[in-house]
Amino acid sequence: MSELGLAAPGSVRASLDQCVKCTICESACPVMEVTDLFLGPKTLGPQAERFRTGDRSPDHSVDYCSSCGICTRVCPQGVRIAEINSQARAQLKVDQGSRFRDQLLARPDVMGRMARPVAPVFNWAMGSPVLRAAGQRVLGIHRSAPVPQATSRTFEYRLRRRPRRAAGQRIVFFYGCSTNYFEPRLGEMTIAVLEHNGFQVEVPRQGCCGLPLQSNGLYPAAREYVRRLTAQLSEGGLAGLDVVATSTSCGLMLKREAIEILGVEDRPVRELAARTYDLFEFLRDRHERGELRTDFVGVPLTVAYHAACQQQNQQIGKPALDILSLVPGLKVVELDRSCCGTAGTYGTKAEKYDIAMRVGAPLFADIQEARPDLVLCEGETCRWQISHATGLPTAHPVEILYKAYGGR
Amino acid sequence: MKTEVLMIGAGTSGLCAAVRLAEAGVKVIVIATGAGSLGLAPATLDILGYAPELVLDPMGALPAFVSEHPEHPYALVGLERLRSAVAWFQATAAELGYQGGLERNRLLSTALGGLRPSALLPDSMTAGAMASGRRVLIASIRGFRDFYPQLVAENLASSEMGVDASWVELDWSGDATDLVPTRLWRQLREPAVRHQLASMLRPSMDGVEAVGLPAILGRTESQAVRHDLEEQLGRPVFEIPTLPPSLPGLRLFDLLRGALRRAGGRLILGSTAAEFRADGRRVLAVRASEENRHDEYEAGAFVLATGGMGAGGIEVDASRQAREPVFDLPLSGVPGEAEDWVDTEYFREQPFDRAGVRVDGSMRPVDAAGEAIFDNLFVVGAELAGAEPWREKSGEGISLVTALRAAEAILEEGR
Repeated sequence: MSELGLAAPGSVRASLDQCVKCTICESACPVMEVTDLFLGPKTLGPQAERFRTGDRSPDHSVDYCSSCGICTRVCPQGVRIAEINSQARAQLKVDQGSRFRDQLLARPDVMGRMARPVAPVFNWAMGSPVLRAAGQRVLGIHRSAPVPQATSRTFEYRLRRRPRRAAGQRIVFFYGCSTNYFEPRLGEMTIAVLEHNGFQVEVPRQGCCGLPLQSNGLYPAAREYVRRLTAQLSEGGLAGLDVVATSTSCGLMLKREAIEILGVEDRPVRELAARTYDLFEFLRDRHERGELRTDFVGVPLTVAYHAACQQQNQQIGKPALDILSLVPGLKVVELDRSCCGTAGTYGTKAEKYDIAMRVGAPLFADIQEARPDLVLCEGETCRWQISHATGLPTAHPVEILYKAYGGR
Repeated sequence: MKTEVLMIGAGTSGLCAAVRLAEAGVKVIVIATGAGSLGLAPATLDILGYAPELVLDPMGALPAFVSEHPEHPYALVGLERLRSAVAWFQATAAELGYQGGLERNRLLSTALGGLRPSALLPDSMTAGAMASGRRVLIASIRGFRDFYPQLVAENLASSEMGVDASWVELDWSGDATDLVPTRLWRQLREPAVRHQLASMLRPSMDGVEAVGLPAILGRTESQAVRHDLEEQLGRPVFEIPTLPPSLPGLRLFDLLRGALRRAGGRLILGSTAAEFRADGRRVLAVRASEENRHDEYEAGAFVLATGGMGAGGIEVDASRQAREPVFDLPLSGVPGEAEDWVDTEYFREQPFDRAGVRVDGSMRPVDAAGEAIFDNLFVVGAELAGAEPWREKSGEGISLVTALRAAEAILEEGR
C-alpha cells in the first residue's frame, strides 16, 4: 500500500474495484454451499477487503476459506478473490498468532524428515485409533483425516541407486515433498516416462515450495521456502531448462502463486514461473509437435479422472485426458465436480474435516457410480481424500502412462 | 494448445455454438475470463418483444421487422434459421423443459412486478404467464433482500393487464445467518424446510390459481423441489427471476457445460483472450493472458463471443474511444466524439445501442466495404452491430441464432 493507503495499480487488492457484486463467485463456492461458517468469497473478499486497513482483520470467518481458488477462476470481472482472501487470512494469523498444529501441517518436509527414520512406527501410530483420538484432542488434527504412508526409502534415497539416462534434451523434475516422503514410486515412474521419451532428467536436491505455509497464512516462511527452492531448481547449470511438476498444486505455486499471492518479485522466481509445466501439460505440448512416443501396450482398466482445483486454476484444460485418450484398452470416465474438499491441509483440521467431507460428497458419489478400478488425480492430498472417502485406490495419471509404456 | 475451433466466451452464444460443434464431432475449446453471463440472465428465450410496440406474435411481426432493419442479425441469418435454432435449443435444453414457441409471447412478471414479453420459458416459469384477472399469490421470505412481494403484487395489480395479485411475506429464517439466495436454495433442498414453508403459505391460498416465488427453488433438483411444493399447495408454483445470481441462468449454464463435456469439448475458465496472430486472411492463433503466463491457442477456426459493452467484448475508455480488444475489429454504430453518447431518457434508444461488429451472412466480420476481413473468424451474440436487444427483448434469440449460424458455416467449411 502507498502512503495514502491506496492499493498499487495492478495489485491483487486493487482488483476489488472491478467487483460488480454479481455473486457468481458465491454461487460457485463449494465451501459456502455446505456451511454457514464461511460467509462467502464476495462478502469476505472484495467487500470486507475495503475495511481492512492493514493492521487489523475485521472478521474471522475468512479462516474457513479452503483456498481452492474457484472464485477467482469463475469471476467474469477478473477480481482476484481467492488471492485477496488468502492475504486476509495471513493477516489474521499475524493478528491472532498461529496454532502449533498449523505450523506443523505447513511443513511437510519437516514432517517427512521426522517420519522417515521411524516410518513403521509413524504408520502404526497414524493407524491407531487411540493415538489419533489423542492427536485430535491435543493437536486439533481430525482423527479420521487421511494420512499418507511414510516410507523409510525416500525418493531421494532411491534416486541415488537408480541408473539414469545421460543423453537427450535436459529437463528438470520438480517432484515435491509428497513424492519424496510418501509416494516415491510416482517419482520413479515419472522419470521412466520422461526417459522413454528421450529426455535427460535432472533431479536436483530440493526442498518444499512453501505452499502449505502459504495456505496456513505463514507468509514470511513461505517466501523463504520458495526462494530456496527456486535456487535449487535453477543453480548448477539448470537455469533456462524446462521444469516439470507432478504435484499440480506445488507446480501452481511456482507458476503463479509465489508471485501473485506471496508477492515474491525476484527475477529468478519469475524466470522459473515462465519455464514450469504441469507434467501432462508438458507431455501434451510434445504430442502436439509429434514428439511423444505412442508405442503403447493396452491398459485394460476403467479409470475415473478428477481434475484438482489447483490443476484447473492453471488454465491448461485437462491434458491428462488428452494423452490418456491415446492409450488402447483404457476406459476413462471424466468426473465433473469442482472440489474434493480437502484443499491441501484444510480437511485434516478437526474443525474443518466435516466441511471438507461434505464439499467432496457429490464427487465421491459420482466416483462410486462410475465404479472405476482406479481414480486418477494430479493432486496428492486430493488422492488421499478420495481414497479415504470412497475406499478406492487412487493414482497420479502418469502411473497409467507408465503402464502403457510397458512399465511394471 | 491446439484445437479445431477456439470459442472465446462462455455466455449463451459461446456455449451454444460450442455444444453444436462438439456434438458434430469437432474438437472445441472454450476459453472465458469467468463463468459468463448466464449467471446473470433470467434464462428465458426472448426473440422479439417490442418493435417498438409490444409484440405478441414474434413470427408474425418479424418479416416486417427485418425488412425495416436490414442490418439486424435476424435479417442477416434469415427467419428460417431462427426457427431451426429454437428447435435445436429446445431439444438440447430438454431437461429444463422449455415451453412456448415463436408464435406467441407470454407476459412474465419481473422481480419488480413489471411485465416482460418472452417466447420460450423454462418449465419453472410457465405457470407465471400473466393474464387479466388471473389470481396469483406472490410470496417471499422476510429478510431476503432481493425480492419484495408487496412491490411485485401491487405493480402487477396496477398494470394495464390488471392481474389479481395478492402477496405474503413469510417469517422464516431457518438456520441461515444471512438470507442470500445461495443459502436459500441450499435450504430448500431439505424436505422439512419445504414442508414448513408450505404450511406457512396455506392460509393465504384462498382462491389463488398459482403461486409465484423468487427463483430460489434448487440449483440441481429444481423440478423435484417445485413439484413437491406444488403437491403440498395443490396449485402450480412458478419462479420469478431475481437479482443475480440468477438461479435459472445457472441451471442453463450447468446444462450447457455438461452437454459440452459429454460431447468432448473443453471449458477453460480464468483465461482471457488478449491478442492474435494471423497470416493474411487466416487467423492462426490467439494468445490468452493469465497472471505471469501466456498460453497460445492454435485453431482452424475462431469464434468471438465475448459480448458487448456490458461484458467487455467492446471496451470504451474515458475519452469515449471504443475498440474490440482481441482482434481490433472495426466497429460500426459508435457515436462520434462530438455526438451525444447517452439520451437522458433511460428507456429511449441510446445512441450507442447499435454499436458493434458488422458481419456477413455467415458471421464473418467485415470491413467498411462489406468484405470479410478473415476467412476463419466468426463473431456472434451481443458483440454484433445493428440490434438493440435491451429494448427489442431479442438478446437470447440473437445469441442463439448467430451462434448456430457460425457453427453451421464452420461445419460447411470442414466438409
